[in-house]
Amino acid sequence: MTTTSGGLLLVLAVMVPFVGVLAGFALGGRNAQRVAVVTILAGLGVAIAIAAATARSGDMLVYLLGGWAPPLGIALRADGLAVVMMLAVAAVVLGIGVYARADFATPSGVREARAPLVFWTLLLAIWGSLNLVFVAGDLFTLYVALELLTFAAVPLVSLDGRGETLRSALRYLLYALLGSVFYLLGAVLIYGGYGTLDIALVADSVRPDTVTLVAAALMTAGLLAKTALVPLHLWLPPAHAGAPAAASAVLSGLVIKGSWFLVVRLWFDVFPGVVTFSSAQLLGALGATAILLGNVVALRQERLKLLVAYSTVAQIGYLFLMFPLAFDANPGEIARGDALTGGMLQAISHATAKAAMFMAAGLIYLAAGHDRIAELAGVARTLPITVLTFAIAGLALMGLPPSGAYVAKKLLLDAAAGSGQWWWDVVLQAGALLTASYVVLVLAHALWPARVASEPKAKVSRLSEVAALALAICSLLLGFAAVGPTPLDAISNPLALSELATALALLLGGGVIAIGLANRLPSLAADSAVASLLRPIRQVTTAVGALFVRLDGGLRAWPVAGLSLLLVAIAFGLAMVAGR
Amino acid sequence: MTDAATLFGLCAAVLVGLGLYGFIVNPQPLRKIIAFNVIGNGVFVLFGAVAHRGGALGWGGDPVPQALLITGLVVAFCASALAVTLLLRLAEEAESVTLAPDAPAPAEPATDARDA
Repeated sequence: MTTTSGGLLLVLAVMVPFVGVLAGFALGGRNAQRVAVVTILAGLGVAIAIAAATARSGDMLVYLLGGWAPPLGIALRADGLAVVMMLAVAAVVLGIGVYARADFATPSGVREARAPLVFWTLLLAIWGSLNLVFVAGDLFTLYVALELLTFAAVPLVSLDGRGETLRSALRYLLYALLGSVFYLLGAVLIYGGYGTLDIALVADSVRPDTVTLVAAALMTAGLLAKTALVPLHLWLPPAHAGAPAAASAVLSGLVIKGSWFLVVRLWFDVFPGVVTFSSAQLLGALGATAILLGNVVALRQERLKLLVAYSTVAQIGYLFLMFPLAFDANPGEIARGDALTGGMLQAISHATAKAAMFMAAGLIYLAAGHDRIAELAGVARTLPITVLTFAIAGLALMGLPPSGAYVAKKLLLDAAAGSGQWWWDVVLQAGALLTASYVVLVLAHALWPARVASEPKAKVSRLSEVAALALAICSLLLGFAAVGPTPLDAISNPLALSELATALALLLGGGVIAIGLANRLPSLAADSAVASLLRPIRQVTTAVGALFVRLDGGLRAWPVAGLSLLLVAIAFGLAMVAGR
Repeated sequence: MTDAATLFGLCAAVLVGLGLYGFIVNPQPLRKIIAFNVIGNGVFVLFGAVAHRGGALGWGGDPVPQALLITGLVVAFCASALAVTLLLRLAEEAESVTLAPDAPAPAEPATDARDA
C-alpha cells in the first residue's frame, strides 16, 4: 500500500480547519471571524478537490503518514462514503457560517466578546474533527477524532454561559465520555486480539471469536451513546435546544453524524461478517423506538427549539434503519448496497434540513422574542421566508419528492421488499407520517392569523434567512444530486398523480395525528361544534401522549441511562452470539 | 495461569467495574468525573497487559500500546480538565451543582416579565 496521487489532499482536509482554529486563537477578537471565512472557503475548495480526485482515479485516496505503511504507520483513506460526507459537511458549514455572521459578528466599534471567538474557532474545530473521522484509517485515530469532536461540541452548548446550559453541557460531556471509554475498551480488545488497529488489516483477518464479539458490542454501544440513539439520548434534547441557533444547527446537523458514521464504518468495513441478523435487527429496533418516542414527544413540546431537538432524536432512529436492511442473508453478513446508499442519503438530507430547521427556529425566536409554539400566530406574516424555510425543511424530512430523504426512503423500501423484511416498511411509513404531524402543527400555528398584529421584537438579518432557505432547498433538491449512484428511475415525476396523492395523504394523516396528540391547537372558538367534538377524543389521545413524555423523562434519568448503556452493550453481545 | 498479564487484566476488569458502578450510581458530577478516570485507568491497565503479552515474543514488551497509552492519557486528562472547568462555572452560575435533568423546573421563558 502506498500513498496515492491526491493523497495529500486528505491531510489538507484535516489540517486546513485546524490551522484556522490556531490562527483564530492567535489573532483573536474580531479577526477570528475573518479567519473563519477564509478557512471555510479554503476547506470547501479542498473538499471539492478531493471529490474531483476520487472521481478521476475512481479509487480510494490513501495517504501514509511519514511514508510508513500500517501496521507500523498510520494511513488516511477516503472512500466514496468519506468523500460524500466531507462534501456535505463542507456545504453545511458554509451555510452555517453565512447564517452566523449576523449572530456572531463583531463590527468595528463594538467591544470584542468571547462568544464569537469561541463560536468561530470551535466551528472550524468541529469541521476538522469530522474530516478526521471520515478519513482516519485506524481505530485509535478514530478515537482521538471522536474525542476532539466532543471537546469542540460541548462548549458550543454552553456558549451563553447560563447555569441551565452549563448543566446541559456537563451532562453531554460526561455521557459522551462514558460512551467513548466503551469504544476505547473495544479498541484495546481488538488490538489484543489482532495486534493492529488498522481498519483494513483487521477487516482482512477478522473472525467471530469471543474477543471480537465483545469488542464489537462495546464499541457499538459506546458510539450509540455518543449518537444519542434512544434509550441513550439523555443529553441531546436540553443540549441541542439550549444552544444558540447557529450552534444547535452544528450540533444537530453535523456533530451526531460523526459517531454515526463510525458505526457505519465498523459494521460495514470492520465487522461485516461478525455482526449477525439478530444484532442488525436489534439496531433497527432501537431506531424504530427512537422514531416513535422522539416524534410523539416532539409533538408534545411547548417550545419550538425543543420540538426540533426531539425531531432530531427521531431522525437519528431513521439513520439506523438501514442496518437491518443492508444485511444480506445469503452469505450472512452486512453488505454495501442500495440500503447503504439510502442511509447515507438520509444522513446528508437530515444534516441540511435539520440545520435549516434550527436556523429557522432561531430566527423565529429572535423576531417573536419567544419560541412558544402556541403563540406563533402571525409569524408567517412577519417572517415569510423563514416560515417557508421551515416548511421546505419539514417536507424534506418527511421524504416528499424530490428530496434526498425521498430517494433514501425509496431505496430502503426496495431493500425491505427485496429481503422480505416487511416490518421495516411499516416503520418507514409511520415515521414519515409522524414527522408530517409536527411539521403540520408548527405550520398551522405559524400561519394562523394573529389576533393583534405585533411588531417584530428584533430585526432579522436577511442574509441569515437566505442561508437557512438555501440549506433547506439543498435538502429538497438532493434527490437530483443522488441520481448518479442510484438507478435513474428512483425519482419519479413529483407531479405524478400517485406522488401527489401520497403527499396529500401524508399531510392529512399528519394533521390528524397532530390534532390528536399536540399539546395546544391553534385557538378555535371554544364553543364551536368542532371543538366540542374533539374534546373527548383529545382527552384520551393527550393522555397517551403524556405517557410517552413520562417514559422519555424516565429514560433520561441518569441511573436509567447509565444502566441502559450497559444493557445495550450486553444485548448486542448476546445478539451477536445468539444469531450464529 | 496467574502470570503478570493475567493479574493485570483482572485488575483492569475490577477498575472498570468499580468505575462503572460509581459513574452510574453517584449523582454528584465530581464523583462522576473521578469515576470516569477510574474506568479510563482500567482500560489503560488492560492496554498495558496487552502490551506485556506481546512481549512473550521475547521482546521487552510491545511498544505500540505504550505510544497509544500516552495519547490516551492526554485525551483523558483533557476530558477531565474540561469537565472540571464546566463544573466550576456551573457552581458559579447556579447554586446547586447537580445534573438532574429538571433541576430548575423547565424554565418557562420569562418574556412576560421582560415585556412589562
